[in-house]
Amino acid sequence: MITLKVNGKEHELDVTDDMPILWAIRDVVGMTGTKFGCGMALCGACTVHLDGAPIRSCVTPVSAASGKNVTTIESVSDTEIGKRVQDAWIAEEVVQCGYCQSGQIMSAIALLKDKPTPTDADIDSAMSGNICRCGTYVRIRAAIKRAANPVKAEA
Amino acid sequence: MNMIDKDLVGASTSAVKSPEPSSLISGGVNRRDFLKLSSLFGAGLMLQFSFIGTGCSKIGEKSQFTPNAFIHIDEDGLVTLVAHKVEMGQGTYTSMPMLIAEELEVDVSKVRLEHAAPNESAYKDPLLGGQITGGSTSVRSAWKPLREAGATARMMLISAAALEWKVDPKSCIAENGEVIHPDSGQRLGYGKLVNQAARLPVPEVIVLKDPKDFKIIGKPVHRLDSPEKVNGSAQFGIDVQLPDMKIATVAASPVFGGKLASVDEDKAKAVKGVRQIVKLDNAVAVIADHMWAAKQGLAALDAKWEDGANAGYTTASLVQDLDKASKGEAAIAENKGDAASVLKGASKKFEAIYELPFLAHATMEPMNCTVHLQSDSCEIWVGTQVPTIAQGAIAQLTGLPIEKITINNHLLGGGFGRRLEVDFIVQAVQIAKEVDSPVKVVWTREEDVQHDMYRPYYYDRISASLDDKSMPEAWNHRITGSSIMARFFPPAVKDGVDPDAVEAARDLKYNIPNVLVEYVRHEPPFITAFWRGVGPTHNAFVVESFIDELAASAKQDPFEYRRKLLVNDTRAKAVLELAAEKANWKQPLAATKEGKAGKGISSLFAFGSYMSLVADVIVTPDNEVLVKRVVCAVDCGMVVNPDTVRAQLEGGVIFGITAALWGEVTFKDGRTEQSNFHNYRLMRINEAPIVEVYVVDSHESPGGLGEPGTSAVMPAVANAVFAATGKRVRKLPIVNSLKA
Repeated sequence: MITLKVNGKEHELDVTDDMPILWAIRDVVGMTGTKFGCGMALCGACTVHLDGAPIRSCVTPVSAASGKNVTTIESVSDTEIGKRVQDAWIAEEVVQCGYCQSGQIMSAIALLKDKPTPTDADIDSAMSGNICRCGTYVRIRAAIKRAANPVKAEA
Repeated sequence: MNMIDKDLVGASTSAVKSPEPSSLISGGVNRRDFLKLSSLFGAGLMLQFSFIGTGCSKIGEKSQFTPNAFIHIDEDGLVTLVAHKVEMGQGTYTSMPMLIAEELEVDVSKVRLEHAAPNESAYKDPLLGGQITGGSTSVRSAWKPLREAGATARMMLISAAALEWKVDPKSCIAENGEVIHPDSGQRLGYGKLVNQAARLPVPEVIVLKDPKDFKIIGKPVHRLDSPEKVNGSAQFGIDVQLPDMKIATVAASPVFGGKLASVDEDKAKAVKGVRQIVKLDNAVAVIADHMWAAKQGLAALDAKWEDGANAGYTTASLVQDLDKASKGEAAIAENKGDAASVLKGASKKFEAIYELPFLAHATMEPMNCTVHLQSDSCEIWVGTQVPTIAQGAIAQLTGLPIEKITINNHLLGGGFGRRLEVDFIVQAVQIAKEVDSPVKVVWTREEDVQHDMYRPYYYDRISASLDDKSMPEAWNHRITGSSIMARFFPPAVKDGVDPDAVEAARDLKYNIPNVLVEYVRHEPPFITAFWRGVGPTHNAFVVESFIDELAASAKQDPFEYRRKLLVNDTRAKAVLELAAEKANWKQPLAATKEGKAGKGISSLFAFGSYMSLVADVIVTPDNEVLVKRVVCAVDCGMVVNPDTVRAQLEGGVIFGITAALWGEVTFKDGRTEQSNFHNYRLMRINEAPIVEVYVVDSHESPGGLGEPGTSAVMPAVANAVFAATGKRVRKLPIVNSLKA
């Protein structure tokens, strides 16, 4: 048995050490907000935080999460910064099909934690691992800026 | 469901005071509006209406007339729209409620959506001939009937209130979910009126609101599907969870038409969590407790294949075949004047061959389908653009009657045409036949890329002659490629012409006296499919690149050249001028330290919308293309949700640039060479241009917007590359051509 802590809650899972966190969360724990896109860390749809750092859960084994906390999209509204990002996403009308957006939001939150007022280059660097097939990039950029400085963006 | 029909209306045909649908809508829609009133889900007002009236009778299991969309208003005043279209990102689940809410005088937030069950006669789209979401049709088709349905409900609620108050209905108004009698100050919420309204006859004449009184249509409305898409609760097909459900992943023969030869079941079963191996004729699936076990099991199987007749297939062999076919017999799609003779005798004649590659859809949500097959029923959970086709295919496969097949449709994690196909649904049901529990079949990304149903490869011969003013006098465009329509909807193919394959190649808005457009059908050894932008995506690239070639040969500015050719079409000319103005067309771009710079322009009329785009690009010394800015001017008629227009153009443009620069599926040894996002490259945020959208104020019927941006941007980028480098790209993808 392996203990996997997701959003602060511990789950005892009967899985092998090498199982990617993605499948443990989705298929064993049963939380489906985190998405499968490529299985090779190429698209970022599966992005979660491991002790606050963004990781691609499709290639990170559960063994790497031992003693750590996995944060998923389901809990981001519990944090001030997460709520701010979600609100900015809605205000900028970012989503289209929406499938990649869990991963986009997880990457954006990690960026803003690290750099509260990111430049365009910071956004490019932090977000270029997240593919959006609908092409919502123009709005993702705007939403990150709004989340970084909501007062200014409202003006 | 307890369904009570109060057949109060009979087969009345309502007269509607509103402009007729645009003549641009193909297929000659002689729609009669059958309205029907009944009570469903217990108490409340239920209106049902059809896009194509075929008769009117009772609804329910024994119905002769099954309605095609529903409005239900319950006693709490909540409006339910049974959505006959699916949401795949295009904003339909916001624009459809807006249409209803506008005429019904309710807040958009009061309209709740339900996925429609499959019902071909009920939900048939007049533009597509089926219960299909695609072809940029949702708003175009729903524009009038949804407003009529809302207006009818509003009028009946007013009548009910007027009866209650014993006043003239004309002295009452509807506002924000209530009927109000201003003279007496009386007011009643819709929920209090629905039961009385349900007993009233449907009005003979439906009065639609004057567009100048619109409160919702044309104003930005927040997407209704955003909240669930930013907190992980949105349910896509892949998110379905059922009791006792197993998860499967699958590998199909890597060569089209190949067969499964052998597998090592013991090795797969040795993987913890693997439960069962299912062998199909052309595929093998591993059934497991979770995807990780299924994936590992599939890798352990060591599947061997009999490749069959297509083992040696390559892209080069296809191109040879297309070249040969393109010189043979052709069907005539358009013949105006005498292009053949004029071209023959021309002194200034230009000709070119254009090629467009196979393309994968690469939706972010890989193909998946969950099936629970029992001896007397089949239930599936899936995201599909074609619920009725899926149901029919399952009936054929299982022998079950249609009514025993339940399709639970979901949000689509991207469609782009891929989910117009049911191959992955059929395969999942084939697998489920061998599995005792519900099973969710999930394709890996590799399976998704290698077993997509690709956009056809097109091979176009195009030629033109110029008159003494260097304007085109004769034009001959011969398109060679596979026919999707011949498979998907055969009646659409007339006299050998696939209307999709020639869309935006024939009926050009350009003023050219002699035009011959031809089509040669040539099929590769596998099935091809619709891809975002469909016919126009291919033809806009060829036509708009070649017009640019002619302008260059005439030593004329490509914008001015187009403007002269669009002299007879005010809407097309207006968007061209608007795009040029907003993009500072007259101001050439200077080279930067990144590379050479250029602007390119394109013009398109497709999906009922007029569009012109200007792209600013830089071509680096190592032939990478950086698209910096795209200016779109569009006249899409009446706008329902302005922000959706912008969003669809921004996204459609990025989708199109991705394909124009890098998109290509190729074959070697009968196998698709691409497999995942490292070799099927999609645009990323650091590569995305600024996209500016300018919308012409228009009262024409709405045009579609999901696809024209994708179609129009490809030639704009290629023309900009020419402006920057002098290199004319006649074969996509652009970057491969530049580096060749």
